[in-house]
Amino acid sequence: MFSYVIKRILATIPVIVIVAAFVFLMLRLSPGDPASVIAGDYATAEDIVRIREALGLNEPILVQFTKWVGSLMQGDLGISIFTNLPVTTLIGQRIEPTLMLTLTTIIFTVLVAVPLGTLAAWKAGSWIDRGVMLFSVAGFSVPVFVLGYILIYVVAIKLQWLPVQGYRSMFEHGLWPFLRHIIMPTLTLSVIFIALIARMTRASVMEVLQEDYVRTARAKGQSEVKVLLRHALRNAAVPIVTVIGIGIALLIGGVVVTESVYNIPGLGRLVLDAVLARDYPIIQGLILFFSFIYILINLIIDLSYTLFDPRIRY
Amino acid sequence: MSVDANPQAMEPESVPAKAELSQWQIIRSHPSIIIGGILLGIMILIGVIGPLFTVDPIALNPIKRLKPPQAEFFFGTDFLGRDVFARVVHGARISLVVGLAVSAIAVGIGLIIGMISGYIRVLDAIIMRIMDGLMSIPAILLAIALISLSGATLATVVIAIVVPEVPRVVRLVRSVVLTVREEPYVEAAIAAGTTLPLILYRHILPNTIAPMIVQATYICGSAMLTESILGFLGAGIPPEIPSWGNIMAEGRTYFQISPWIIFYPGIALAVTVLSVNILGDGMRDTLDPRIARKM
Repeated sequence: MFSYVIKRILATIPVIVIVAAFVFLMLRLSPGDPASVIAGDYATAEDIVRIREALGLNEPILVQFTKWVGSLMQGDLGISIFTNLPVTTLIGQRIEPTLMLTLTTIIFTVLVAVPLGTLAAWKAGSWIDRGVMLFSVAGFSVPVFVLGYILIYVVAIKLQWLPVQGYRSMFEHGLWPFLRHIIMPTLTLSVIFIALIARMTRASVMEVLQEDYVRTARAKGQSEVKVLLRHALRNAAVPIVTVIGIGIALLIGGVVVTESVYNIPGLGRLVLDAVLARDYPIIQGLILFFSFIYILINLIIDLSYTLFDPRIRY
Repeated sequence: MSVDANPQAMEPESVPAKAELSQWQIIRSHPSIIIGGILLGIMILIGVIGPLFTVDPIALNPIKRLKPPQAEFFFGTDFLGRDVFARVVHGARISLVVGLAVSAIAVGIGLIIGMISGYIRVLDAIIMRIMDGLMSIPAILLAIALISLSGATLATVVIAIVVPEVPRVVRLVRSVVLTVREEPYVEAAIAAGTTLPLILYRHILPNTIAPMIVQATYICGSAMLTESILGFLGAGIPPEIPSWGNIMAEGRTYFQISPWIIFYPGIALAVTVLSVNILGDGMRDTLDPRIARKM
């Protein structure tokens, strides 16, 4: 098992290298002069020269790559053109709201989607099942921001139950203001994630329910709850957890949109500000950051399989 | 294919083995294809001929700006007095073009790379590592970066949405190729001295078509969503083109007083994507019963 852990960790290295190489090449191989595109329509010649200098585009490509990888290894994600601050500093300033929003979303999603999916699989063909499936098709069809605005319109503007926008830190303002501000963003961001996880849970539980050991468990008179929890859900855990990991990519995309709808000063909002200010180093740094997080989470999930499923022994 | 040539065949007890069912009968047993198809057909019709019957979507009328929905403006007007209804109808055309273009290009590129990766073992490991890397970059961020580097035009937006979709197609094609390449008829073709391009074209490619059609519909739906998100974030198609994402992006500032600017294009987008997804689900159940049992 120890050798499996080592192997799995080593296997992420080529993926990380490819992400880094791709992000590096994207800037260098894009058609036209990236420096002038980044500088925008009203830039002077000096601006373009300055940006080209700042991005290090004047040097030979191999020299650029070595320097770039070298600084990446030291945790340097580049320097923002607009604010002149290191991208890592900017990420540090903005990470808390994003982290909180993703955590609440994942917790809420798992609490809703796994029971829903299990119920749908157990009562396959019933109205509960149809309802869950309908929700999961619809959840994939409504754009995140439209959902956000509908929620704001109904809950915040018409009913005035919750604040329209903004974010309050749990540590500075306390738990209640934090919750009041995070409920709607969490609901908004959860919908597509719940659609995904509920669907996957239903499919995996349905497959397990057809196994011989489930029939055996029922035959020996075990209660349905125990059959579902102890036999079905436990054995269906691996594919469900895998999809939660893969779904993180979906979540990262959704965070960018949700944060701009609710005006949350997190990493997603940083992306939007960077797009508007044409601050490419920030976009690049955030791509690297999010990709590494995604790879890391999926590595941890892969390694956790040994806990979920005792059959997996390497 | 004759419709209702033999009404008796529709009766459950006289239904022949699945392979003998006509295409029409199979479609009949999956209402989601019909529902999705009709809905999508309506949206395509609106996109194709709708713009002929509306007023100019970019005509300004500052006196009548931010008017709520009424007889003259079905969907109200935006902050420049432009008719939101006309803009939504024109937006249908743009969304559908983006969706179809992205799915066609992504499937085309993915097919070629996937077949090479699945059939030529030497390249497989390298190609799949590159695809793994691409897949770990969040799609929307990748698209934003590509657009901010090459400037926002309709073409760059399409390409920026295609790039993150390609790895998913490659993986699917590769998995089909890996199973098909072991089939006896492929061995027979190799033994008969068939050249590699011909094997890929004649024996491998036809097997990928059914899963590819299903995949293409899903890509079409998600491409339309991504386009609107990019437009909404201000990183999409140039703002003078009335795409649904752009209309909604412009409605953001006025949301509290004029929510219709966001709601109507949002509903149009949701209905279109929903119809594509329903159609995709129906086709998946019809074309690939193996997956249908699992999902």
